[in-house]
Amino acid sequence: MALTRNKQSQLGIDSADVRRARTLARQVGKPIVDLATQHTTVSVERATLRLAGLGGADPDGTPWVNRLADAVRADVGLEHGVSLPVWDALLRGEGDDLLTLAQKAAAGSVTFRLPEGKDATRARTASRKAVAAGIKQIDRQRAAREKMIAKVGDAPSKPWIYLIVATGDIHEDIPQAQAAAREGADVIAVIRSTGQSLLDFVPEGATREGFAGTYATQENFRLMRAALDETSKELGRYVRLTNYASGLCMPEIATLAGLERLDMMLNDSMYGILFRDINPIRTFVDQRFSRQIHARAGIIINTGEDNYLTTADAVEAAHTVTTSQLLNEYFAKEAGLEDWQLGLGHAFEIDPEVPDSFRLELAHAMLARELFPDAPLKWMPPTRHMTGDIFKGYLLDGFFNLVGAMTGQGILLVGMMTEAVVTPWISDRDLALQNVRYVMNAAGNLHEDFHPSPDGFIATRAREVLGLAVGLMEEIKADRSVPGQPPLLSAIADGTFGLMKRPADKGRGLDGVARKSADYYNPATKILESPLVDERALRVSRDRGAKR
Amino acid sequence: MSLIRPYGDTTGDGMVQLSFTLPIAHSKVAEGAAVQLANKMGMDPALVVHSKAMGEGFTFFVVYGRVNHLVDPSTVEVVERDYPLLTPKEANAAIKRSLRRRLVVVGGCIGTDAHTVGIDAILNIKGFAGEKGLEYYRELKVVNLGAQVSVPQLVEAAREEKADAVLVSQVVTQRDAHLLNTREMSAAFREAYPAAKRPLLVVGGPRFDETMAGELGVDRVFTRGTTPGEVASYIVHRLTNRTAS
Repeated sequence: MALTRNKQSQLGIDSADVRRARTLARQVGKPIVDLATQHTTVSVERATLRLAGLGGADPDGTPWVNRLADAVRADVGLEHGVSLPVWDALLRGEGDDLLTLAQKAAAGSVTFRLPEGKDATRARTASRKAVAAGIKQIDRQRAAREKMIAKVGDAPSKPWIYLIVATGDIHEDIPQAQAAAREGADVIAVIRSTGQSLLDFVPEGATREGFAGTYATQENFRLMRAALDETSKELGRYVRLTNYASGLCMPEIATLAGLERLDMMLNDSMYGILFRDINPIRTFVDQRFSRQIHARAGIIINTGEDNYLTTADAVEAAHTVTTSQLLNEYFAKEAGLEDWQLGLGHAFEIDPEVPDSFRLELAHAMLARELFPDAPLKWMPPTRHMTGDIFKGYLLDGFFNLVGAMTGQGILLVGMMTEAVVTPWISDRDLALQNVRYVMNAAGNLHEDFHPSPDGFIATRAREVLGLAVGLMEEIKADRSVPGQPPLLSAIADGTFGLMKRPADKGRGLDGVARKSADYYNPATKILESPLVDERALRVSRDRGAKR
Repeated sequence: MSLIRPYGDTTGDGMVQLSFTLPIAHSKVAEGAAVQLANKMGMDPALVVHSKAMGEGFTFFVVYGRVNHLVDPSTVEVVERDYPLLTPKEANAAIKRSLRRRLVVVGGCIGTDAHTVGIDAILNIKGFAGEKGLEYYRELKVVNLGAQVSVPQLVEAAREEKADAVLVSQVVTQRDAHLLNTREMSAAFREAYPAAKRPLLVVGGPRFDETMAGELGVDRVFTRGTTPGEVASYIVHRLTNRTAS
């Protein structure tokens, strides 16, 4: 009954059931991957232009990548990709560089065409060379991260302590992030401004205004990473930076993260569909490209299963979390991510009034740990049952930390007792970190002694949840409610996840999706999907990553 | 009602607790400053029971002390529930009796607010605090528009669905977004509908003040801890009585 590495399952889980679950995830996921490879989106094409070095915005704040992609689309459509028409125009002498071309295109003084024959070959070669430079920059940033970790040192222990800053002003965020790192944070997440996910462009430059968060922009990324590099040197440990590759510009934000050496990105396969009502096809296409970038950049993704439990009941819907984790794992691996890059999400959201709620939480967390032994799981604190009674909330956070300690979570988002009351005060953060430190210090090694009885409540519940997840995936696989449509899309339309119904032909951003034509060409995808030349050098670094 | 003062463990002791941070490094002076603040707030004697340096140049304090203020409950203004609480069955029956059709409720989060927790707790069949949500009520037709609905979209949906009541949830309060959004929403409905035809406007969210309904131009404000049953009862009370009168 060897689960992995000949380790006996602590929960009495049959390894055949685990294999069955993964097979089902693949069967459900594969048609979605096929769908994703058959389509492109405006954001995938704009990300490609960003890789080729096109940045900046016009005087109205519309990024040049948007202006150029829109102009190409108006002339020849989106279905061929923008690369051939754009580099063909450059080769025809319509502009000296991408920026000039974008400016002329915006003024309406360039006509794009789809090149054929030799012209197409030349455009292909030129675009590939330009985009390869961007991917090389991502490779350099990955190497820079590894070099810096080797030089200044890594986070001293697991779980990594994950803290959030969210002032709306990047220049206010920076000192707060540095202070949080000095207080013990291993990972800083800059929460995005509410509503950015629904913008179909990436804002430009350093921003000082946001709602409940700070805009994700290339310049904000650069400023924050530079500041944390300083702090990392000062503290003698590399402080990681996190942002959000989600919403309508997911591929572009993933690209900017790779270019500016962000270390982790929130990147869930279904979150945008369910919680932002973004079109499912748009999401899956954008998702795949983003994950390919993250894989290349050595970025750890964080998935968003915790969110399901904010709308659905955490006991009744526990198996939807497991199902989503398995799907996220499949989509991630298909896109080239490795186990050490999978911060699969789950959360402590069971109503504390439910009898045995702590044992249920422990069962769910242990199940995730056993199913994904090499993934740095992301453990999210209670939010739903934080009532404003900060004293009770502090205790709940302590129990959350205890589950985290007992199940070897890789990334621990620090719970604030003032959740749902105020954005965290300096004292809230300090008290929360004291809570984490106390629990880790007092019980961090408890997992050495704690072995649930195979017939006990915890092991039985874990097996039950896995069984329900398998059942759910079987149900999804059999969903034929829309003929010819991947069953997972039908399941999403039916409200299977998070109780939200999202049909495949609805939602935001659908008009930015195109089915690829036979002559579609995207140099970024070509490079990202081809075997790495310096495979060996990267494998060494990955192994180092995995051992951390 | 008689005058009262805070209760620690003895009637009339006036004891309260307080915690705060001062932007000053931890020292005896810092503790003295904390006592000074507590004194100025009316705590006398004030006892600093805990003080701890937090970050660079900040100190956190927990202070216990006695206040001499009296409070007079008879002068407190609150919004008391002015409608009977109905079970789903009673609510359904009341709608059937007076409207002779299903009552239409359109709900959503307006502005950039993406937090659907509140609106979902009230509308989703799953409900909240052991009570089923409005979708569970047979005689209610619920249209949940979800998050980040613009005001024009909301008005449009309300017209299309011939909404009897419109429910808006606002969780994000940065820069008073909840108040600004609510005013914008109520103004749009006043503009789009003649007064007699306007749907009932209800807003809810954890940081609203129940007494602000008039100022915000809505019919009712619900705040933290409101259950679906209360919202359903209020809507049924207002709309079935309105039709009757």
